[in-house]
Amino acid sequence: MTVWFVPRDAAALSVGADAVAAALEALGEQVVRTGSRGLLWLEPLVERADSRNGTRVGWANVRASDLSESAPADTANNFLGVVEELDYLACQNRWIYERVGIIDPVDPDDYLSHGGMAGLQRALDLSPASVIEQVTESGLRGRGGAGFPTGIKWQTVAEQAPVPHKGDPVDAARHKYICVNADEGDSGTFADRMLMEGDPFCLLEGMAIAAHAVGADRGMIYLRSEYPAAIAVMSEAIEKARDRGWLGQGILGSSCNFDVTIRVGAGSYVCGEETAMLESLEGRRGTVRAKPPLPAIEGLFGTPTVINNVLTIASVPSILARGAEAYAALGQERSRGTQVFQLAGNIARGGIVEVAFGISAHELIFGLGQGTKSGRPLKAVQVGGPLGAYLPADGLQVPMAYEALAAQGAMLGHGGLVIFDDAVDMSEQARFAMEFCVEESCGKCTPCRIGAVRGVEVIDELLASDAPETAEQLLRDLCDVMTQGSLCAMGGLTPQPVLSALDQFPEDFKRAAHRNADAVQGVVHE
Amino acid sequence: MESPIKTTEQMATLKGLIAPIADREPGPVLLCLQAAQAHYGYVPEGAVAVIAEVCNVTRADVHGVFSYYSDLKKTPPPAISVRLCAAEACQAVGGRALAAAWGEACAADANLATATGTDEPVFCLGNCALGPAALVNNELIGNASVDTLKSAVEAAQNAAEASL
Repeated sequence: MTVWFVPRDAAALSVGADAVAAALEALGEQVVRTGSRGLLWLEPLVERADSRNGTRVGWANVRASDLSESAPADTANNFLGVVEELDYLACQNRWIYERVGIIDPVDPDDYLSHGGMAGLQRALDLSPASVIEQVTESGLRGRGGAGFPTGIKWQTVAEQAPVPHKGDPVDAARHKYICVNADEGDSGTFADRMLMEGDPFCLLEGMAIAAHAVGADRGMIYLRSEYPAAIAVMSEAIEKARDRGWLGQGILGSSCNFDVTIRVGAGSYVCGEETAMLESLEGRRGTVRAKPPLPAIEGLFGTPTVINNVLTIASVPSILARGAEAYAALGQERSRGTQVFQLAGNIARGGIVEVAFGISAHELIFGLGQGTKSGRPLKAVQVGGPLGAYLPADGLQVPMAYEALAAQGAMLGHGGLVIFDDAVDMSEQARFAMEFCVEESCGKCTPCRIGAVRGVEVIDELLASDAPETAEQLLRDLCDVMTQGSLCAMGGLTPQPVLSALDQFPEDFKRAAHRNADAVQGVVHE
Repeated sequence: MESPIKTTEQMATLKGLIAPIADREPGPVLLCLQAAQAHYGYVPEGAVAVIAEVCNVTRADVHGVFSYYSDLKKTPPPAISVRLCAAEACQAVGGRALAAAWGEACAADANLATATGTDEPVFCLGNCALGPAALVNNELIGNASVDTLKSAVEAAQNAAEASL
């Protein structure tokens, strides 16, 4: 029987997917709601197969108004052919995203029939120590930005004894926690959101594997309030996972007891920093904690805590199911496995690209993304979120990997690339980086709290001056203080976008000087 | 404006709402503030004292949390909330120009301004390949323009009227 697939991912909904699904249902068609394939410029991307698991063909940018009389036809202009043969998908190597866009995210049977729970099953057959060994061998590193080796973090937590919550009596219940950081606040990143909306059981399975490995009994997902659709899907998935015995007492008939709750953020960017996240999870102001103690030793409510990004945890089920060796065979240097890249901003073909580390930014942006959406020349690419460096158009041959980017003074961050065309004024972007830090600084340390305010002022001074050298020197000094003196990445990395803009695009900072020189020469600007 | 938490009964209502949270959850202060906001649409005057009592912490502690998070509001929200993304990926596709144009549209149309109030921008809605993005109530809008925002506001108004 013919089945239609329409995404329920928030990005697809934002361009009318719900109306498309309703229109197909009104025609009497059977519709399954899935996540998004991640080919976002094609959304709503509607697919059809002869059966639930049949080969799917697709249509791009379907509008509900086109479906008033009949379902899309193979002769239509927007017909794409077999979806998995589209170049954008065919070149990918999906581990984390293996089921996203294919299954109904909240149907446990669909999850099972597409390889779900194989990783947890295998993990439960292994000792906790062997699971950690597998994760270590895979070379998996934290996908939130810091890139810390996951196996080592888990090993540290595994070595700690569970303890009562700080402040509770010594004979109170003892815990260890798995905390998933789903506070995906970086502009240009949406891979956590799409995974949670497209394959939430994968995240829960990964958390259960982590719990078995380190001996944790409780899990928390810190999910940002800006993602209402993800909150709804994850909540439904947790209920269903409990019903199936995938969470709770004796998971899959083992002796592992583990349950997960969601806590929703409240609009603070810095709560994506792990210690600020712990403060927020404990119900307090989301200010950064000094380390040590490491959260692995004294984390949430004072207990040993694994804190991992969504993509880190979601990598684990397929690593266990397919083998650490196969994962470690991908990538380069100490960047092993796959990374979920996100093409965003002014890009013709924006979306999710999961491939092995080492692909160049140029290949991602021009090969897959096909350049800017506006058709104008590319000017800059911000890699790794609001705290990431701006790369110029001639600096895109760099391989996308932790070490190679660090060597260029940039960072991978959460894998987002924001593309800008030549309409961008880089001095405005540098100023925005400081403004953002003013807005979102937690206020705990002075270089960040005050430095960002001074940063905005100095950039304004620099732009207004016809002799900007003094202001520029002051700005560089200030950036040095922020980099060296801040407690966390918020203040410590804000100078990255500022200085990269200043170094790579100096002409954008000489507006006043140009204007004044033009005035002397009698040039008129509109 | 009259706070809805003045009388003993009103305080009891809030206590009934948050006491189960404080009993069940460790570190409940933020959860209680969020629950109060979900119930009233904002955190009314008087709620901080009740939450402090139920959670057995000082009012200063609760106020500190309340004032830290930009989601938590002191005043009732507009009938329809319109939040434009102000972050980099949307800036790259004309987000700043859209914000300016939307401001002008609201300034020119009293009904629109009354319905939507003056909402703060939001930094990233996770729709970075289909920007500019906006959130109208809980509905995410991609490829946003003044026209699509206006129709989303209209749809939200109709939905609100239908539910009355």
